[in-house]
Amino acid sequence: MERIPILKMGSFLLVTIQVDMHDQLALTLQDDLTAKISKERSRGVLIDISALDVVDSFIGRMIANISAMARVLDAQTVVVGMQPSVAITLVELGLPLEGVHTALNVEKGMALLHRRLDEVRA
Amino acid sequence: MLREASATTRIPAFLKSNEKEILQEWLKEQTGAPTFRADLLKEKDLREESHAFLGALQTAAAQGNSIDDVGGEGWSGVKDFLSDLSRSRAQAGFTPSETATFVFSLKQPLFSMLRKEMKGDAEGLVKEMWGASVLIDKLGLFTTEAYQSTREDVISRQQRELLELSTPVVELWDDVLAVPLVGTLDSARTQIVMETLLEKIVSTGASIAIIDITGVPTVDTLVAQHLLKTVAATRLMGADCIISGIRPQIAQTIVHLGVNLGEVITKATLADAFRVALQRTGWKIEKKDGERG
Repeated sequence: MERIPILKMGSFLLVTIQVDMHDQLALTLQDDLTAKISKERSRGVLIDISALDVVDSFIGRMIANISAMARVLDAQTVVVGMQPSVAITLVELGLPLEGVHTALNVEKGMALLHRRLDEVRA
Repeated sequence: MLREASATTRIPAFLKSNEKEILQEWLKEQTGAPTFRADLLKEKDLREESHAFLGALQTAAAQGNSIDDVGGEGWSGVKDFLSDLSRSRAQAGFTPSETATFVFSLKQPLFSMLRKEMKGDAEGLVKEMWGASVLIDKLGLFTTEAYQSTREDVISRQQRELLELSTPVVELWDDVLAVPLVGTLDSARTQIVMETLLEKIVSTGASIAIIDITGVPTVDTLVAQHLLKTVAATRLMGADCIISGIRPQIAQTIVHLGVNLGEVITKATLADAFRVALQRTGWKIEKKDGERG
């Protein structure tokens, strides 16, 4: 079965979505990611969606859900590399992903994760 | 009756034999009319145009094309000539009446020619006059329509240009972009602003965007919603957004309308917004001691 790989980097998890997201794949990712966060006791999740150029309301909600679930498991989520067209679509769909942190690219996302963790620790 | 008249019309023959006089009288008619624009049109050009038009008219009429069938194939030469003429006049700044007078002023010379040629045949004269009148009216209407469509082309082109002109995204500093908005915001413009801003964020890697609405005359609920959408999309891209240039009246309107700007950072002036942006990106501006700034 098709799966999206989840990489562990220290206390962070790195997810790069490089295939077309369909609903089953999204649900699998949700399961895998929550399992991995609790197993590895990760503190942060970085989701790179720069290769994603089509989203629908389901995927949009899934991104918000993953972020909320991670927060419950005490991990910060940062979504990075959103395409302009995807951002516009999400806004037009009425899904501004309020609780999700975003960054322009992986580098900035990592910096943001570190900053968030420092804030939480302090 | 009309069909019969046009079928046996003698106008083409008259046009041929009286060409010089008609042209002369027509020119006099045109230059004498209050609608004649000596500042925009030289008499020599007018003479050439009139001559060419008479020629085209003659050809079309002589080919046996029915006068009340101006929409048909046979008249395409005359109509092409008229559309070109209308287009050039519209672009030169003639008014619709000034343009249409070119055709309508032909009526008088045409009628006097008919009167002269058909002396004594009252029945025939009425028929021919009716035919000529219908023809001139149709061609006149056609001229006005062509004029109108040229103007509409100009308007739609200007609209497009305005849309492109009015949405620049400028780089104020490393990592800081600004969008000075001028003019009313509607959904089409918001879409363009959003797209250009987001593209620019990707290409420059900017982390803060300032939307300056000093030049936006009114902010109603729709405009506010458009602004919020842009801010939300910017945030999704991972950049912060500041709205600046909110005038006192607009601040009042926003509150009176009950628009909730939520957590969007708003500043009164672009300078304030820029200061915040510099702070966030870790820049510090210092004034040198002893120098006047």
